[in-house]
Amino acid sequence: MAFKMDGESVLPAGRETVWANLNDPETLKACIPGCQELEQKENGGFSAVVKVKIGPVSATFKGSVDLTDLDPPSGYRIVGQGEGGAAGFARGGATVGLIEQEDGTLLRYDVDAVIGGRLAQLGGRLVNGVAKKLADEFFAKFAQLIEERHGTASV
Amino acid sequence: MREFGIGQSLPRTEDLRLVRGTGRYTDDIAPAGSARMYVLRSQHAFARIGGIAIDAALEVPGVLAILTGADATADGLGGFTSMVRRTGPDGQPNFEPPFAVIARDVTRYVGEPVAVIVAETLNAAKDAAELIEVDYEAQPCVADLALADAPGAPLVWEQCPGNLCVLTEVGDKSATDDAFARAAHVAQVDFRISRVAVSTMEPRTAVAEWSEADQRFTLHASIQNPHMSREQLAGVLGLPSHRIRAVALDVGGGFGLKGVPHPELALVMWAARRVGRPVRWTSERSEGFLADCHARDQIVHAELALDEEARFLGLRVRVKANFGAYLSLAGVHCALGNIGGLSGVYVLPAIHGEIRGLFTHTVPIGPYRGAGRPEASMMIERVIDVAARDLGMDPAELRRRNLIPADRMPYDTGFVFTYDSGDFPASQAKVQEISDWNGFERRRAGAWARGRLRGIGMAHVIEIAAGQLDEMGAIEVDTSGAIAVTTGMQNHGQGHETMYRQLIAEFMHVPPDKVSVRDCDTDQIPYGFGTGGSRSAVVAGFLLETLASKVIAKGKQVAAIMLEVEPDQIDYREGAVFAARDSNRSATLAEVARFAHQPMHLPPGFEGGLSHRQMTRLAGPTFPNGCHVCEVEIDPETGHLDFVGYWVSEDVGKAINPMIVKGQVHGGVVQGLGQALGEYIHYDEEGQLATGSFMDYQMPRALDMPAIGIVSSDTPSRNNPLGIKGCGEGGTVGALPAAMNAIADALGPLGITNFDMPATPQRLWRAIRDAGGMPHAMAAE
Repeated sequence: MAFKMDGESVLPAGRETVWANLNDPETLKACIPGCQELEQKENGGFSAVVKVKIGPVSATFKGSVDLTDLDPPSGYRIVGQGEGGAAGFARGGATVGLIEQEDGTLLRYDVDAVIGGRLAQLGGRLVNGVAKKLADEFFAKFAQLIEERHGTASV
Repeated sequence: MREFGIGQSLPRTEDLRLVRGTGRYTDDIAPAGSARMYVLRSQHAFARIGGIAIDAALEVPGVLAILTGADATADGLGGFTSMVRRTGPDGQPNFEPPFAVIARDVTRYVGEPVAVIVAETLNAAKDAAELIEVDYEAQPCVADLALADAPGAPLVWEQCPGNLCVLTEVGDKSATDDAFARAAHVAQVDFRISRVAVSTMEPRTAVAEWSEADQRFTLHASIQNPHMSREQLAGVLGLPSHRIRAVALDVGGGFGLKGVPHPELALVMWAARRVGRPVRWTSERSEGFLADCHARDQIVHAELALDEEARFLGLRVRVKANFGAYLSLAGVHCALGNIGGLSGVYVLPAIHGEIRGLFTHTVPIGPYRGAGRPEASMMIERVIDVAARDLGMDPAELRRRNLIPADRMPYDTGFVFTYDSGDFPASQAKVQEISDWNGFERRRAGAWARGRLRGIGMAHVIEIAAGQLDEMGAIEVDTSGAIAVTTGMQNHGQGHETMYRQLIAEFMHVPPDKVSVRDCDTDQIPYGFGTGGSRSAVVAGFLLETLASKVIAKGKQVAAIMLEVEPDQIDYREGAVFAARDSNRSATLAEVARFAHQPMHLPPGFEGGLSHRQMTRLAGPTFPNGCHVCEVEIDPETGHLDFVGYWVSEDVGKAINPMIVKGQVHGGVVQGLGQALGEYIHYDEEGQLATGSFMDYQMPRALDMPAIGIVSSDTPSRNNPLGIKGCGEGGTVGALPAAMNAIADALGPLGITNFDMPATPQRLWRAIRDAGGMPHAMAAE
């Protein structure tokens, strides 16, 4: 089942700071809702274990993503897949772009993924809503962490 | 009419237990020490399986075994075979991949079993399933029938280029071509018959026990044909069939689905033998959506040739039918076995059809109430309505002009069927009367004034019933005069128990409470074809009449010994009494039965007991028929559709229980209207099931359904002495075309000529909007 989502978030920090945090496993682990494990791989990508609940489907997804089209600090593309065992799977990618602006950094993301299995069968109609909510939670936490660590002075 | 006998609307005797929660369903059976089975299913429509890691799952407390395709191969597990064979594109017998019970190296549909987990509890089995890691290598797939034969479409089977499994022609091509060449008018229509989930109220379920001592399985399952299931399972497990006892107790709906042996039946037996414990499995609803055989799914082009006087000259159809990834027992049958219905109730001199059966990466197609009959009826009945619209004729008049006259029965259609009986003009006249067909245009105008679109649709039904002519049964009279009936025709909600009691009451003059009906059990009787194809009333009527006459004849011999007269001096009379003619000596059935069970009273060599078992064969199939009228109203602003009226004139020959016949018609109509209105299985491009729960799969509700008016127009069959014709499927067969004709009629004034089911508000609203909406002038009229 095809899944598309895009959005943007303004983060209270300079582009270099945002970029560094976007590549920091500890920050990502703290910000990804339900993230239980997250490790950086040798190639710069990440492997993670994330627990999510989408409607009647709740599962622990083991996933791995690689970073491609690296253009620091302007953006990258994330490509990968996650397996939720009996709950289903997801695979696809997201393009992330960072744009410097007056009040911080504008982060734009564009997700293009495919979901399958039980997730598509039972959770399909709920995926958009849940994904948007998870993305909002991520960025809220991400912005909060950046603010705590770097303050607005670094803009 | 005899009290409780044929023609009485006796209340259903089985309902006392069914409505009070005391039914005996398979899931209620929990043999001591039984374990639970859970099936891990493929989440990819087409994938190679690189490996399956089960070590972590085996550590889960309570797990007894995890079985995969490799174990199945080691144990020589086979697959289910197809009952019907036709030809492939090369003219040779079609390619027949057995319906695999568990994936080996490749999965071909989402939901295909990949691993079986047996555990002490269902939760333990599910927890273990979460820990199994399957290494899938996903491949491009094709799930949509419309794309299955597109150039470059992924192949489900390498052996079938273009995914084309069956290519068959029916009828007379050259005669049909001639008919079209001289036609004054040709009407044509394209439509799609949607894919649906059967959705029985009781899900599929099974309990298997393996006796090491007897080297024998006992399978209790929610199935509608234990004998055929046993034969198929024996083939899969590599056993002679006598090593399996298959039993069906109460079954909460079958509709054809439960006549198809499904993988889990074999898996639960395999698991029971592997772990040495009874094993239980019950499908969850979401599993059912994935793994119950779906139904229908055809793409049709139909053309009708007419002469200057609007008489039919010829019918031509081209059909693409989805088979799914494997051939189920009746998968080929659905597209081809009932194609004879194309001839309808009309004088139709030439018919030709080309049917393509295609594989897709979807769960196999199986039968569902009608099993090809509603599809064939859609083809003829939809194109007739299109012709009527083209010609500016009343569709009822166009039909009437072409009906087979009653005095031509039996009627050889020149196509596939020879109809045994029927008075189609009378049937149509009756339904036109009760539906006030002639007053419709006034109702349409009234609806327009209220800003609503109103449409009316008619469809004649004719369907082959009791096509399988043979059946075995037994009647046993015990020493108290109570009578036990055994057949292989399983009751799964239709009211068979009541019907059997009524037939025995009719033939043997005993009240229904003296009759018991045995569970359908392969140890009780060696053969049974099962319930399906609207056959049970027809077959049972003849079978039980034959058995009763044999038992009565035997009873007369016993009574003659008791009463010391010759057997031909004995009459069997009302009140179940054997009476010596011209005397006052008599003996009741109970007295005769008791006497028959005391061999010391009987002459040497006289066979004791009072029972009889045999097979019977009907003279021929029957053709129940009817005429349906559906009326709809659509709100163009919201796309909401109301079925505002539904009427049926039915001809079931002779009704054993008119109330049950009406119930069968009601249920059948609702299943047809449900498909027209909202039921729809959708796979996305990845072969993922997007309508996998009742959140997304729209079942009809009581409030969606109209009151259904039914009038009888019965003409007895000539193919059995009782004249019974059957009634199980006709409601659905008529409802699909009647509803779609009504919807087309409602949308016609907007210029909408093709509208495919389902008629959901969203789809109707879009079609109406795309056509420019409801013209204000029209609305103001």
